[in-house]
Amino acid sequence: MSNLMSGARMLLECLVREGVDCFFGYPGGVTLPLYDAVYDHPMRHVLVRHEQNAAFAASGYARSTGRVGVCCSTSGPGATNLVTGLVDAMMDSIPVVAITGQVHSKLIGSDAFQEADTFGITRSCTKHNYLVKNINELPRIVHEAFYIAASGRPGPVLIDIPKDVFQGQAHYSPVSAIHLPGYKVPGEGHTGQIRRAAQMIWDAERPFVYAGGGIVSSGASAELRELVELVDIPTVCTLMGLGALPGSHPNFVSMPGMHGSYAANMGMTQCDLLIALGVRFDDRVTGRLSAFAPRAKVIHVDIDPAEIGKNRVPDLPIVGDAKRVLRRIIKVLRELEPKMRDVRAESRRAWWRQIRQWQEEHPLVPAMSAHEIKPQHLMTEINRLANGRAIVASDVGQHQMWAAQFIRFEEPRLWLSSGGLGSMGFGLPAAMGAQVANPDKLVFAVVGDGGFQMSVAELATIASNGLPVKIIVCNNGCLGMVRQWQELFYNNRTCAVELEAFPDIEKLGAAYGIKGRTIERPEEVRPALEEAVREPGPYLLNVKVSQCENVYPMVPAGAALNEMVLAPPKPVPVPK
Amino acid sequence: MLQVISLLVENKPGALMRITGVLSARGYNIESLTVARTLDPTLSRMTIVVDVEPSLRAQVIKQMNKLINVLQASDLTDGPAVLREMVLLRVRAPMESRTAILKEAEIFGARVVDSSVEGFALEASGDPEKLDEFIDVMRAYGEIEVTRSGLLAVSLEPKKLRLSPPIPTRNEALKTKEVVTTE
Repeated sequence: MSNLMSGARMLLECLVREGVDCFFGYPGGVTLPLYDAVYDHPMRHVLVRHEQNAAFAASGYARSTGRVGVCCSTSGPGATNLVTGLVDAMMDSIPVVAITGQVHSKLIGSDAFQEADTFGITRSCTKHNYLVKNINELPRIVHEAFYIAASGRPGPVLIDIPKDVFQGQAHYSPVSAIHLPGYKVPGEGHTGQIRRAAQMIWDAERPFVYAGGGIVSSGASAELRELVELVDIPTVCTLMGLGALPGSHPNFVSMPGMHGSYAANMGMTQCDLLIALGVRFDDRVTGRLSAFAPRAKVIHVDIDPAEIGKNRVPDLPIVGDAKRVLRRIIKVLRELEPKMRDVRAESRRAWWRQIRQWQEEHPLVPAMSAHEIKPQHLMTEINRLANGRAIVASDVGQHQMWAAQFIRFEEPRLWLSSGGLGSMGFGLPAAMGAQVANPDKLVFAVVGDGGFQMSVAELATIASNGLPVKIIVCNNGCLGMVRQWQELFYNNRTCAVELEAFPDIEKLGAAYGIKGRTIERPEEVRPALEEAVREPGPYLLNVKVSQCENVYPMVPAGAALNEMVLAPPKPVPVPK
Repeated sequence: MLQVISLLVENKPGALMRITGVLSARGYNIESLTVARTLDPTLSRMTIVVDVEPSLRAQVIKQMNKLINVLQASDLTDGPAVLREMVLLRVRAPMESRTAILKEAEIFGARVVDSSVEGFALEASGDPEKLDEFIDVMRAYGEIEVTRSGLLAVSLEPKKLRLSPPIPTRNEALKTKEVVTTE
């Protein structure tokens, strides 16, 4: 049997070997040979309407499954359009492989038609990137790319492939081993450090777990649960970590940070031991760093040594995979349990009483109104229908924070949100990618009217692929988060935030063959959402929410977590 | 404060760009950079001198170690290390000062690599401060043109003698690299 094949075909063979069942892309001049190979190959290709959304869809695919998401674009404009999606995957540590076409290798550097220095442009947007110069290198590079994307701290990897490499013919021999001498994947952590961590946990009077996206990417939810149950530790999950501990779990306090709950932020401030697991002490979580967890010793478990001490110098660093490290910590905790169980038990009970008291003093209560739909009300109704099991992809802005506050997730990989980069336009394509990967799951795209319009073109992809995504537009007619900051920190001089001329959603939906509806009365929320979920296909629900609602609690930029503002200033009555 | 970084990197396209990218992305200015192959042609040794805030030095090394093409990045700023630089210097020398120039060159251990009626081309190596003095002295004799190599560094720390990182021992090809780089 001859194994002589084109580079395009070879690429598809390698994708199959990596377990890829589908990729998101947009064709163009230099990827014509690739699409010619896709023509009679079983590999599924989802044609998006903009390359940025191919990257976001691949990210949604990866976030919801843990498998590597694949996106593809042509050279030049196709590749530059991928960039936002790549940076997004980089910031949130999402395994994505991007394949870009490049002009013929003899034309590289000649300012050829649709040429861009993709390799140079994406150097800082990726965990690693490749320019394939020789067809014989292609299989090795593809397998290295998948390995790098998925292992260690996951991230995006880009492979730039010139047209002549796609077209060339070569004998394909499967790659059996990958050799990357400069790439080290941390493992199970240092034994001595793990023993010390376990001792510190039993010794703590006010321990607090700060769990993040690393728990999700390492698949360590079960271990996290075991840890916090064993020593009964209150736990917060960051925006990236929501679902790492079930939302209904008694130890789950809520989300910390800029729009975190009072109890979560007070817990961070008052604890004497902060157990930071797969987190990077992001500024949106810590507030003013010098006042963050001032009384706490910090144990920091992370797979990326560069995260250790980057923002907060830990008292005990452990470099390793969260799942394996937690397993070992739990083992030592159990060994120490008979001796240590009761030593600090009374203090830990008092600590819990304190946390419960904070929760009661300032609970996260959704705003409700009889006259207008409060966005928080909308989120609680989505929460009711999602029941902790549906996938919710959010966009970026106020609705994202309300969704994070009021929608509870019972499992990891259900909450898909652009955390680090905060890229608007993420929600719709991410939901699309997640629905492709999980055809039988209920998938909500909870988006604002701003972000929705940034990726509105993907309604065509959703319609043509029959993806039953439930698109809920939390529509306040403006760029709410920007307006909130202008109100609070720029003397209410609102500028360039009103989004007028939002399309008639019934007509917009009808134009794509998607059912659409607009609601504006509070009593309509529940039946409308139920109708959306009942609909077998996609559904577009435009929810006109209160225009002036702001997200609280809020830690102003530069403030400490315990200086959070809990509610808006009392309104001054305006004489009529 | 100037930081001296020594790197062992894969000799691949883009490797240099990735490494300098770690610095440029943070707004650091590179003072000098030298690269050359090791005896193993698949690897290069790089010495970078860069102005970095002292508190961020460790972070820079960690970010460099994260790069796939970097086998090892280490900070030689404070550790025991030999730091050397080379300078090529042309000096315009009228007949009456030629002897004096040669005398000065001898004091600095410089060699004459070219001599013409116009003047000399001199080669000197040593630690950078000494070369600064050499250049100052030569400037006193007339017009000069200078090319400096940038700093070369080698660590003298016993545990860093093996300038390769721990790599799978079963790989014989890589084992030889370790031997090569200790020389």
